[in-house]
Amino acid sequence: MRAGAALLACCWAATAFAGEVRAPRAFLSPELQALQDDPARHPGWLWVEQGEALWRAAPPDPGKQTCAGCHGDITGMSGVAARYPSVASDGALLNLELRIERCRTEQQGASAFGDESEALLSLTAAIAARSRGQPVNVRIDGPAAARLAEGRRLYSLRQGQLNLSCQQCHEENVGKRLRGDIISHGVGTGYPAYRLEWNGLGSLHRRLRACSLGVRAVQAPFASPDYLALELFLADKARGLAVEAPGIRR
Amino acid sequence: MADKAPTRRMVAAGLAAMPFAVQAQPMPSSAAEVNRSRSSESYADAERALLAGRTPIAAGITLDVPKLSENGNSVDVLIKVDSAMTREDHVRAIHILSEQNPFPRVATFNLTARAGRAEVATRIRLATTQNIVVLAETSRGAVHRAEQEVIVILGACVDGG
Amino acid sequence: MADITARVTMPTSARKGEIIDIKVLVRHAMDRAVDAQGLKPSPRRIIHSFRASYAGEEIFRMDLSSGIASNPFISFTTVATETGVIAFEWLEDGGAVYSRAATLVVT
Ligand code: HEC
Ligand code: HEC
Repeated sequence: MRAGAALLACCWAATAFAGEVRAPRAFLSPELQALQDDPARHPGWLWVEQGEALWRAAPPDPGKQTCAGCHGDITGMSGVAARYPSVASDGALLNLELRIERCRTEQQGASAFGDESEALLSLTAAIAARSRGQPVNVRIDGPAAARLAEGRRLYSLRQGQLNLSCQQCHEENVGKRLRGDIISHGVGTGYPAYRLEWNGLGSLHRRLRACSLGVRAVQAPFASPDYLALELFLADKARGLAVEAPGIRR
Repeated sequence: MADKAPTRRMVAAGLAAMPFAVQAQPMPSSAAEVNRSRSSESYADAERALLAGRTPIAAGITLDVPKLSENGNSVDVLIKVDSAMTREDHVRAIHILSEQNPFPRVATFNLTARAGRAEVATRIRLATTQNIVVLAETSRGAVHRAEQEVIVILGACVDGG
Repeated sequence: MADITARVTMPTSARKGEIIDIKVLVRHAMDRAVDAQGLKPSPRRIIHSFRASYAGEEIFRMDLSSGIASNPFISFTTVATETGVIAFEWLEDGGAVYSRAATLVVT
């Protein structure tokens, strides 16, 4: 705990923004804001391009449909990402990645693309980009309520050798500098995002793994129940904010 | 036009074009050189080779790079050179040099008068805080030079993701 | 030959004499060579050249090094002279060439 306090104390700089949850875009430098807004320069659009090609690509089993074969043009995915994560008919909480994997395995009879695979990131980016600018609006009633409560609990749980909770950074220290970053409200509206640090696109869960490691906590696997519950909590926290995906991050 | 006596302007152009014989040496490309992790050519050698004895003019280039770069993995570079971009007088090469990267020659853009404007952009890697140098060669053999320091905030963020 | 993911942003039409902006992005890791002691050596694998031609004539060429960021972005200009195909080629270490083309209608 002492280490955690020291870590933050050494880097406190800017003043915190009180009150409302601000869009992650507001915490970017003017250069990165301009890049996020310009598809001609934004490298994340390469994944959107690839995802749109996969949307029309034949699955391994020639007897099965393409994504477009069932869903029509990808423009029809407008608004979908703003509703995820979402509880499926069988009660499972699915984020956009898991929803895509379900169609891949159940509808196309193929093996899953795999967590953080290029194909899955590309399709997620292409679908999420269709909701760019639309307000996040996830369902938290019914079966989602318990998962939201779990997410809220994890959000305020002190973790790792530094004994810090998500909340301590992303609420109590918003606007302060930490190792060259400005701490934002820590919502997931920009994901999948192209991070300069990664030289590529990565999912929200990859970002959460980085935060877990940052406090020397055990990193949960991709698509783990904990990160899914956190993702739902973050989406509820971001309610009304615009989808920024694919974001651009330092 | 071709069989007319040369006009004053054409003669002038012809004279000015004489240093055209001076050719900057192209980027090293032998397999042995490119498969090293560090160039055998120093920054000073690279600039000397490109200048090929010419004295650069410290004007005519607008070099737009962030003074402070958030991540050395990707630094935006926008270069504009003052030029009418006519057949007789245009920018034919723009070189980006780095003082501290393992390879001093970062990129060369080859233009023709058909570009209309001498304006190019790309994104480069910077190993550390350093000067970026740009040389622009004109079809008449002149070389313009600009430089700017870029402070690179190294992303020290621990990241196992 | 394996394909590559690329994006070209340019107008589809222009007035004769107008200067147009062309911006290209290509998906490539731009892998630097590794030859340090104790590490498994691997050769450089980057896009080392990019060229653009307009109605068959070269209008732009760029030599890239390992100092260019991953997923190379290049922006340049050309004067709209005639309706024709603008062709783009990315040349990779090892000999692969990836290409794209777009038509510019000149009025
Ligand atoms: C054989 C038809 C079929 C194919 C092929 C198919 N899907 Fe689906 N997809 C469905 C059905 C049916 C649903 C709705 C399931 C539900 O609501 O429980 C769905 C739902 C979705 C959703 C969620 C939509 C929403 O409004 O919540 C996404 C995203 C999606 N599919 C993406 C894909 C992708 C990407 C592919 C290709 C890899 C694909 N689908 C292939 C039938 C298909
Ligand atoms: C030690 C402080 C710290 C802790 C604790 C922490 N983070 Fe972060 N987090 C950061 C920093 C710094 C960034 C990068 C700057 C930013 O976007 O806020 C970041 C980024 C994020 C982002 C990406 C925001 C964006 O738009 O790119 C999300 C989402 C996030 N954190 C969620 C969480 C969650 C959930 C937890 C708890 C499991 C957590 N963080 C714990 C410091 C922390």
